[in-house]
Amino acid sequence: MKNLWFHLMPYKDLPDDFRETHPSVWVDIDSRLLDGARVHEHYHEYLDELEYAGEVGFDGVCCNEHHQNGYGLMPSPNLIAASLTRRTNAPMICVMGNSLALYNPPTRVAEEFAMLDCMSGGRLIAGFPVGTPMDTVFAYGQNPSKLRDRYLEAHDIVMKAWTTPETFSFNGRYNQLRYVNVWPRPVQKPHPPVWIPGGGSVETWQWCAEMDYVYCYLSYFGYKAGEATMKGFWEEMRRLGKDRNPYRAGFLQFVGVAETREEAYRLYKAPAEYFYGRCLHVDPRFASPPGYQSEATIRARVQSQVAQAAAQARAAAAAGASARTWDDIVDAGYVIIGSPDEVAEKLREVCVNLNVGHLMLLLQFGNMESDLVRYNTQLYAEHVLPQLRDLFDDQYEDRWWPKPLPTRAVPRAVA
Amino acid sequence: MAQVKSSSVTVAGHPCRVLEAGAGSPVVYLAGIGGLPKWSPFLDALSTTHRVIAPSLPGFPGAPDFRHLDDYHEWVVATLELLEALREAPVDVVASSVSAPLSAEVAGLAPERVRRLVLVAPFGMYDDTDPTTDIWAQRPGPDVLPALLCNSPENWTRLWEIPAGEDPVEWGIYLTRAMEAAARFLFPMGNTGIAKRLYRVRQPTLLVNGANDRVIPASYQQRFATRLGGPVVTHTVAAAGHLVDFDQPAELARQINAFLVDQRY
Repeated sequence: MKNLWFHLMPYKDLPDDFRETHPSVWVDIDSRLLDGARVHEHYHEYLDELEYAGEVGFDGVCCNEHHQNGYGLMPSPNLIAASLTRRTNAPMICVMGNSLALYNPPTRVAEEFAMLDCMSGGRLIAGFPVGTPMDTVFAYGQNPSKLRDRYLEAHDIVMKAWTTPETFSFNGRYNQLRYVNVWPRPVQKPHPPVWIPGGGSVETWQWCAEMDYVYCYLSYFGYKAGEATMKGFWEEMRRLGKDRNPYRAGFLQFVGVAETREEAYRLYKAPAEYFYGRCLHVDPRFASPPGYQSEATIRARVQSQVAQAAAQARAAAAAGASARTWDDIVDAGYVIIGSPDEVAEKLREVCVNLNVGHLMLLLQFGNMESDLVRYNTQLYAEHVLPQLRDLFDDQYEDRWWPKPLPTRAVPRAVA
Repeated sequence: MAQVKSSSVTVAGHPCRVLEAGAGSPVVYLAGIGGLPKWSPFLDALSTTHRVIAPSLPGFPGAPDFRHLDDYHEWVVATLELLEALREAPVDVVASSVSAPLSAEVAGLAPERVRRLVLVAPFGMYDDTDPTTDIWAQRPGPDVLPALLCNSPENWTRLWEIPAGEDPVEWGIYLTRAMEAAARFLFPMGNTGIAKRLYRVRQPTLLVNGANDRVIPASYQQRFATRLGGPVVTHTVAAAGHLVDFDQPAELARQINAFLVDQRY
């Protein structure tokens, strides 16, 4: 199985009373909380951490896109990914991803991902999220009633731009482009692997099955809350006649490793409480604009057994969202902590149970300081990762993994 | 309650429900945010003096299809076609809230369709110095919209009460769909640019708002009044929120009737 090191890039100086004195970490967060000098430090610490994860043997490193968000300093993940292409030469670079409807024209995504694939020598994983309502509807002003259609049309443009040798015109509902001919094109042919982050919508599962894309459930609420969603996903794959290849799926999990469970309990308490207490303080008025969820999804939640599983997962996540104290966070499984052997055993059980071949790990979370991030990352790489790597590989092929150039240019910085 | 006749017209091939009752000169009513799930006390009151015709705009209860309409221009055309389908021209038009800018556009572009206009708490403009409420960014919960839209939330709750035998899932979707439909042509600010075109509306116009409107600030009434191209009457209804017809059905019907029977207009 694959272990990918994921960074959200949180701002680490939200005040202790942030929850009581500010309405939301997202959309209308007070910009006066930001110190540019600290952000400068953050970016370099965070890039160091991503590069370190590559050095110590993680299969991939991940970044993602959020806007106007106090726990995600990456409005442009492509800038981070571009930097990583110059400082790493081994791990895959998973941009998780570009919210397609936000790019005008969407060929910009085709171009930038193609650049990243060329710069990295074919190490790119192309993530295409619809994007949260906070990012898309409220921060970027996209019409919630048209967002999904725009997303799907933008996807079609990008895929056609990557796979059509000739210059073509695209006469779409939302995009009219007379001459499409992106330069450069991706190194990987026909295109980089496509992974779709989703929140448990049946339509996304079905679309991933139809397009043969990886579905990634990126929840902050851990394996217990994720179980119902992943069971729903696999039940839908079975119904659609797809195999149970675990590499069809990705899953996100917070992890804190130390020499002992007691030590892990002590070390990761503060950053976890920072994340779940301050970073997830989102004003619920931004959560569900009309039209963001399709009528089919609303009906399916009530009527379909499959979607009931997803609804249960959401309910579990929502209920769990109230867990902000360390004991509750650990009990609910948001963060898996322990000695390397304990963590490896639990993650193996989780990956088998959820049938997930791409495990995305948040080993930095909240206001965790860089020394602790490196400690966590090193212990995981040296003692946990080796206990997981063989899982699934004797049974399944990962058809959704990048195919880098066999010989790649080595940047001087790496050399 | 008046004897209500329900029928259907098609707009660009899509069905739109039409409710009708009363006798006298015809008045077309286009509902505000959320639409009308059923015949309302306001329509009842107005139908004592007029033949009231209440068609559903696309996406509103009774007209499920609306996602074929993309931009504001297409919504204006759909509103024009809806009025054409009623075969009542010229006709007095009462339009509330989100449907008001569409009706005003039709009045300006096809004056032969609209005799006089009543705009109740109209959307269509936005001013940073006195912003409208973001109706699409509201916290979840059954009490939120009623408290936002009505002076007395029970006026909303009563009209949206699920009738016996109705599927609660579909009933809930009526409202979600109507909110989405309004978002489709008004998101994110509700500014349709109508301020630039209101001079074309030369029909006599009554502007009404609720004294306790929590969505459209009181100052917007004058913004509309000063830009309209014809004679304008303004009125503010006490103890009414954004949906004046929900809160003060009899008083709103009385004001409209007074305007429509006034020989000056």
